[in-house]
Amino acid sequence: MSSTQQADSVLSLRGISKTFGAVAALTGIDLDVAAGQVVAVVGDNGAGKSTLVKILSGVHPPDSGTITFESKVVDVPTPAAAHKLGIATVFQDLALCENLNVIQNLFLGQEVRPLRLNDVAMETRSWELLRQLSAKIPSVRVPVASLSGGQRQTVAIARSLLGDPKVIILDEPTAALGVAQTAEVLNLVERLRENGLGVIMISHNMADVKAVADTVAVLRLGRNNGVFDVGEVSTEDIIAAITGASDNAVSQRRARRKEGLSS
Amino acid sequence: MNSTVTTDRQDERLQSREGLRGAVADVVERARGGDLGVIPVVAGLVVIWTVLQILNPIFLSSTNLVNLTMESAAVGIIALGIVCVLLVGQIDLSVGSVSGLSGAVLAVLFVSEGLPVWLAILAAVIMGAVIGWVYAQLFNRFGVPSFVITLAGLLAFLGLQLYVLGTKGSINLPFDSGLVNFAQLDFVPPWLSYTFAVIAAAGLFASGYFHARERRRAGLSARTLSMLVVRSVALLVVLTFVVWYLGQTRGVGWMFVFFVALVLVMHYLLSRTKWGRAVYAVGGNVEAARRAGINVKAVYTSVFVLCSTFAVVGGILAAARLAAANQSSGGGDVNLNAIAAAVIGGTSLFGGRGTAFGALLGIIVIQSISSGLTLLNLDSSIRFVVTGVVLLLAVVVDSIARKSRTSHGRA
Ligand SMILES: Nc1ncnc2c1ncn2[C@@H]1O[C@H](COP(=O)(O)OP(=O)(O)OP(=O)(O)O)[C@@H](O)[C@H]1O
Ligand SMILES: [Mg+2]
Repeated sequence: MSSTQQADSVLSLRGISKTFGAVAALTGIDLDVAAGQVVAVVGDNGAGKSTLVKILSGVHPPDSGTITFESKVVDVPTPAAAHKLGIATVFQDLALCENLNVIQNLFLGQEVRPLRLNDVAMETRSWELLRQLSAKIPSVRVPVASLSGGQRQTVAIARSLLGDPKVIILDEPTAALGVAQTAEVLNLVERLRENGLGVIMISHNMADVKAVADTVAVLRLGRNNGVFDVGEVSTEDIIAAITGASDNAVSQRRARRKEGLSS
Repeated sequence: MNSTVTTDRQDERLQSREGLRGAVADVVERARGGDLGVIPVVAGLVVIWTVLQILNPIFLSSTNLVNLTMESAAVGIIALGIVCVLLVGQIDLSVGSVSGLSGAVLAVLFVSEGLPVWLAILAAVIMGAVIGWVYAQLFNRFGVPSFVITLAGLLAFLGLQLYVLGTKGSINLPFDSGLVNFAQLDFVPPWLSYTFAVIAAAGLFASGYFHARERRRAGLSARTLSMLVVRSVALLVVLTFVVWYLGQTRGVGWMFVFFVALVLVMHYLLSRTKWGRAVYAVGGNVEAARRAGINVKAVYTSVFVLCSTFAVVGGILAAARLAAANQSSGGGDVNLNAIAAAVIGGTSLFGGRGTAFGALLGIIVIQSISSGLTLLNLDSSIRFVVTGVVLLLAVVVDSIARKSRTSHGRA
């Protein structure tokens, strides 16, 4: 399977490592994303998922390893370089400027008409994007500081859709979202796949992962711990890979509940 | 707007705020949330003017106000640079020394070396840009806090100023030079002043009108025509009155017009360009700005360069106004006045908040206090104390507003 993925992958990582001081956050990570494919990256807290995202988006440089984008080995030294390649990211901490309003945040760094900002075009486009995500944001002219957590997350997701990205990375995009907005984001991920984009989605929610992902890559303590085809793997197996044992807190809990029900 | 709801007003939670009453309600609402805008400065100005006028009836006389505008220009331009550095959350404490040095360099090149005045000005301006560039390099490369870098600059450039002036310690600029004329005697003829007022009001109306039309065409809510007319007429009335009142004596100085023009240019750059957005973004959240692909170092560099350059321009005008450069040029309260003007004008010390117009309003407040106390024959010691207290007050208002913003979710 990995050889066929290699052939049409937009983005592939080989042997990516990153240490922060004494902590080896990532060790020898491999990952492939093809056009029109949704790869879920899962792992426990501190497994290194966000670190991987930051390396791909140019926030941190990797210590070693190669990134291949559209069959060329590339460097992603800065966020601007990632944008230029066509890698858009929704960060776990959202990375919004609280003093700027929604429009200003959406278009930050990619404003329309740099020398005489076209705020009408930007506002119109903002509403389009937000409608598409069924965002419940009353006004786009308020500072982001006055939005709720989920509204901010929607803004961050909307921002990644601007421009013409080829790969979209979503770091826990639905963590703060309501039911309808989560469904919209999952719909959006499917639409992105249909449009031939590569999507990397990080999530702790197995139901979401099983619903939209094609493959699941598991990280454990900064290392690859298996890549699975979603159609052929059970939630239990994924959890076993995440925790590193088939006998884990999740399975024990489930077993206890079953016992409780049957007795 | 009645039958079909515009794109940006469809959320049912939005209270409809239209026309004049809506605009007023908006301002009240924002002020409550700690987004005070220019309200504290204007209120402060009214109080200060009333008190000073009661203490000395000459204060609001045309002669004194003309003087006040002329005295405002130099430090006001320096404050404009301070606004820029404060917006990115940094500070430049050396603007006073740099302005003093620029006066000295200008005087030496122009008077002692006999260079043409434009060349001397150009050299000083380039020097200012280089100083800002060096600050930015130290800041970007080594991460030294800007207040330390510029504190070092304050002392170093003061030393350089004394060195450049040499043993004489003071160089007079010839009274018949265009530069001194510009700073002391050049006033806009009345007909032209009124024309400027009309152009400003018409410009405000036209830009508002075309903007509103574009928004309406795009299906967005827009200011109504009556609202636009009221706004422009109000501006016209205020400007005409100012021009008329100042025109009772000497009128509006070209130097003041130059200052206001710089304010307008900076206002445009900060609010209508990509660079301006980047400045506010860096001040609000550097990491978010960086991740949005903004070249943060370039933004810092541009801002430090701008600030030192404005300090040089202010220094040149101050020297021209005095018709001399001496050892105390740029010393004393210039530094503090420039910073105080920016902060009083509503620029936050915490970064990401403030406007170019703040510098204009702030310097008028500072100059009013200074001129009022001088009229009362009060010693400069008292002037320093009062200016210090006013600065403290402005900073307290800033901090309270920030707290209020946080609790009202407008941080
Ligand atoms: N800037 C940093 N400096 C030092 N250590 C860091 C830094 N960023 C991450 N780490 C460390 O790297 C490891 C992986 O962190 P990371 O944020 O990638 O985890 P994660 O998988 O995203 O976890 P979560 O599910 O909680 O979001 C952690 O041990 C963390 O302490
Ligand atoms: Mg994370």
